[in-house]
Amino acid sequence: MADHILLRHRDIPDLDRLEVYQRHGGFETLRRTIAEKSPQDVIDIVKASGLRGRGGAGFPTGVKWGFLTPDVFPRYVVVNADESEPGTFKDREIMERNPFQLLEGIALCAYAARASTAYVYCRGEFWDLAHELEVRIAEARQKNLLGPKIFGSDFSLEVYVHLGAGAYICGEETALLESMEGKLGQPRLRPPFPAAKGLFGRPTVVNNVETLTNLPPILERGAEWYRSIGTKDSAGPKVFSLSGHVAQPGNYELPLGTTFRTLIFDHGGGVAGGRKIKAILPAGASAPILPATDEVLDTPMDYESVPKVGSMLGSASVIVMDDTVDVAWVALKTTRFFKHESCGKCTPCREGTFWMLRVLERLHSGQDGEGQVDGLYAVARGIEGKCLCPLGEFSIMPVTSGVERFRADFVAHEGDGR
Amino acid sequence: MTASGPRVGILLEKHAAQIEAILARYPSDQKRSAVMPLLYLAQHEYGHVSKAALEEIAGILDLSPTQVGSLVGFYSLYHDEAAGSVRMQICTDLPCALRGAETFARQVCENLGIRLGETTADGVITVEEVMCLAGCDRAPMFQVQDDQGIHYRENQTVESAMAWVAEVRKKHG
Repeated sequence: MADHILLRHRDIPDLDRLEVYQRHGGFETLRRTIAEKSPQDVIDIVKASGLRGRGGAGFPTGVKWGFLTPDVFPRYVVVNADESEPGTFKDREIMERNPFQLLEGIALCAYAARASTAYVYCRGEFWDLAHELEVRIAEARQKNLLGPKIFGSDFSLEVYVHLGAGAYICGEETALLESMEGKLGQPRLRPPFPAAKGLFGRPTVVNNVETLTNLPPILERGAEWYRSIGTKDSAGPKVFSLSGHVAQPGNYELPLGTTFRTLIFDHGGGVAGGRKIKAILPAGASAPILPATDEVLDTPMDYESVPKVGSMLGSASVIVMDDTVDVAWVALKTTRFFKHESCGKCTPCREGTFWMLRVLERLHSGQDGEGQVDGLYAVARGIEGKCLCPLGEFSIMPVTSGVERFRADFVAHEGDGR
Repeated sequence: MTASGPRVGILLEKHAAQIEAILARYPSDQKRSAVMPLLYLAQHEYGHVSKAALEEIAGILDLSPTQVGSLVGFYSLYHDEAAGSVRMQICTDLPCALRGAETFARQVCENLGIRLGETTADGVITVEEVMCLAGCDRAPMFQVQDDQGIHYRENQTVESAMAWVAEVRKKHG
């Protein structure tokens, strides 16, 4: 992509300084939107743009806003900055390097939602960037770009940063809201959805950092321009976090629909050390593992195409593994993660991740006999479809897909039991 | 604070203005939301969340100490027990592990003469293994949790980590 749309700081030095951001048109879109467009106009444009949630679920953003219960106030905007999916580090770069585009996006979202308070729920580990973000919010407020009566209009918005404290589950939007209310981060039963009863029981929009960072360019350049990037059903640019066995790991902003091969080989410099690529996790720990066949490598990374080869796009955090990797070890790592992060609310997830980990640890210790791989698979299948939130579902994906697609790696650990 | 309010403790005595600013971020009937920022405040004051701090926070927010304590158990960045002055928290999750983080963690521990989860004999550094910190492209990496907050150190080698350890020991020794 010639010019970055989201990672604009890579083209413009010091874009994290307010005067530089403004010199490059920053907050001009917000000013014009407030002056010229109604909140409903903004919702319609975002719907027409085809923007889909970048946190992982891929739900159409404008449609989500349209679910807000009419005429109930106050409403809230909550920014999901809890970025904790293994292999995902895109929101961090946006917040560190292009924070004002996010803040302008938050303001546009709040204007559309007719909310006057927004909270940025930032994972606690992002301590430094959260405190910098607070300083930037204060700067923008001082210039009347946030705060009371923005640009002299009737639209007011206070933005606060709220720090989490180390819990992956809080990236799930209802768990995040519970956490914001000072409770354990455990998911809520839905419905009601946050658009009806969210933060403090009020209508609430919860959107991911990257999603909101898309709003200023969409409102500036229009839905049609946005739809010209990406594919028919997956519009726009996406920040792909590339990690693992690649020569140049990092974030790459590319149109949705870019193939795995282009990302890994053209941008990421291919597999480190010239080894052969064996497998790909396309969405961190939370999706089925893919064998790196030519068919998979030539698959466009969009919300429709990745499921066709047996996985998901999710947050588009692509973890690359070379031919030295044992997929049974990968399953051990992801299962240890999910066992640690299970919030404990649903029994199948709480107990299931415990037992999956136990079997995997025994497999790796070489002390178990035949049949353990089938046992592992049965435990994983037992969790499927039985949990309140997707975490339980995610936890089994690397395990079941691993056993199905790389069975030999698992069976190799089945000792003779003596 | 009214006469029937909580007994004024160290947090309120020393950080009254900051506590007021934290409470102001949330609707006045939703002050429970302030519990997480107050837990951080307490942790930085005491090095960990002490029983007295739990009780004081509960008093400020009209919660029970049990309600506040359950959060300390749930969220991994809060600690109810004292450890070394500095927690060195190494990410060994999958993306970092693919880039040598497990070996890095083992070698750091060997250099310090401790095992994961333990504290050095001088009481300065506790080494812990943690889950993904969103620093996957700059592995091996760790975060430093101390009474000042949390900071990242990325693109590490055993040598750079040990040089940092020496600095920390000078400061806290």
